[in-house]
Amino acid sequence: MLELQNLCFQISEETSESANDNHPNGLTSEKNTSREIIKNINLTFDDHSLIAITGPNGGGKSTLAKLIMGVEQPTSGRILYNGMDITHMTISERANQGISFAFQQPVRFKGIKVKDLLALAAGDSRKKSDTQKTAELTVSQRKAPSLKLPDACDFLSKVGLCARDYLNRDVDASLSGGELKRIEIATIIARNTPLSVFDEPEAGIDLWSFNNLIQVFEDMHQESGNSLIIISHQERILNIADEIVVLADGSVTARGRREDILPELLKGTESCKFYTSSPATPRS
Amino acid sequence: MDDIQRTLLEQVAGLHEMPSGAYNIRANGKSSERATTAHIDIVTKTDKQGIDIVIRPGTKKESVHIPVVLSESGLTEMVYNDFYVGDDCDVTIVAGCGIHNSGDSDSRHDGVHAFYIGKNSHVKYVEKHYGSGDGKGSRIMNPETRIELGENSFMELETVQIKGVDSTKRLTSAKLAANAKIIVTEKLMTHGTQTAETCFQVDLDGEGSSANIISRSVAREESQQIFLSKINGNNRCKGHSECDGIIMDSSKISAIPEITANHPDAELIHEAAIGKIAGEQITKLMTLGLTEAEAEAQIVNGFLK
Repeated sequence: MLELQNLCFQISEETSESANDNHPNGLTSEKNTSREIIKNINLTFDDHSLIAITGPNGGGKSTLAKLIMGVEQPTSGRILYNGMDITHMTISERANQGISFAFQQPVRFKGIKVKDLLALAAGDSRKKSDTQKTAELTVSQRKAPSLKLPDACDFLSKVGLCARDYLNRDVDASLSGGELKRIEIATIIARNTPLSVFDEPEAGIDLWSFNNLIQVFEDMHQESGNSLIIISHQERILNIADEIVVLADGSVTARGRREDILPELLKGTESCKFYTSSPATPRS
Repeated sequence: MDDIQRTLLEQVAGLHEMPSGAYNIRANGKSSERATTAHIDIVTKTDKQGIDIVIRPGTKKESVHIPVVLSESGLTEMVYNDFYVGDDCDVTIVAGCGIHNSGDSDSRHDGVHAFYIGKNSHVKYVEKHYGSGDGKGSRIMNPETRIELGENSFMELETVQIKGVDSTKRLTSAKLAANAKIIVTEKLMTHGTQTAETCFQVDLDGEGSSANIISRSVAREESQQIFLSKINGNNRCKGHSECDGIIMDSSKISAIPEITANHPDAELIHEAAIGKIAGEQITKLMTLGLTEAEAEAQIVNGFLK
């Protein structure tokens, strides 16, 4: 179970440029003032659940995902995972606790092959069942990660790629944005952790049959019993969620079962009561 | 040959035992082992240190290994090796130098390799440099490679220097005839206070000739690197050079491109990028469970692979 307690994240205006895309007022030029991106969020994510986070651009969704993974550090508040305080843990420590993160814009590497990345991802997941193993063992496993070909085929075919064509390719600029995005998702499948956070997984894979992506999430959720937090604007993804959280202007404006939230969202954002910047409405 | 020499040999030539094909192993200033084949002759020079390697026209799928190992501290040598490759050949040449210096005097190997390659030949030339030993004496290597590439010939040149060489100045020059092609791949990593200077100079003299120079380097700690590439397009030709450098700690890398078109149909491109490892690359690998140091090592290893 993942719990966010009174979570806040502020940036000072000097650094606002890097966070522009996270906030609708990102272009304001006031100096020496801090701006709140995440405003006192309290959320609980149950095990074995698929939760979609949606809301207007700049509402703080990506920032929230980064706070969960440790890519950003909260200004105040706590993050608990299975009862353990992970607020100040590094990204690696959180990964080893069983959290995965799929980037909105995946990273390219010169000289690292698709199979290397999958092997690192899969190798790590093998040991996560026993996180108490000695650090030395962990290191030695990672130095020589081995990846079985059938497994690699499985990870890649789930995202619609043929292992024969991709395993030996570098994860560099020779891959298209869509290919890169699918490989990013394949690394999360390879990790197979109890909790995975996806930041707009649908972005950039327009040409790929959307059904496959939906199937990937349903498999991860139902077959493996893992929890998924998916940031998305896509109705079809919201449609498979157990619960939907609406985040606007750094606050939770709605949260509830999909059956209750989705019809309201689909009425259109203009008239939607959740797509406002009003303070978080308490859960009923 | 002792264990240290054997280790050096393995590092620079990938050899566990005597290679098949022609070879000449130079250890501590003299030829220690040699073999020739029906098509490849190796002759000791009489006027200076070094050997002539003569590859007959039409020699296919054969290899020549000419590693050099230095394990005596304080040894300094200057060696001239000339390669005469006939027409219509397809050969692999593996050179390389390993220095083990556990003493306090400098050990230094300077080598001049000259290639005279005929027409329609394919030559793959691999050169690895490696140093070991914990003495105060420096391990110094200054290789010079001069290449004359005949019509329709193709040369692949791979140079690797990953560890243990304190100071190196590498000068590679090539002249290409019509439709000749050269691809140079350099992999370099420096540590500590090491310095490495690389200069490539390519003259694309023949019509339809082409050159591609690709350098990937990593500089760590206080080390310094300079990468110079000069491509002169003297005919209808294509030239491309690319320098990718990763700087870590307080190291320095300079990339100095020079491309000159002396012909209206010369197409020349230079690309250079230097910077530290992208933070998001480290972040991504950390989300796979690697520590920051492991992520960094993975990125550097991949980059130089």
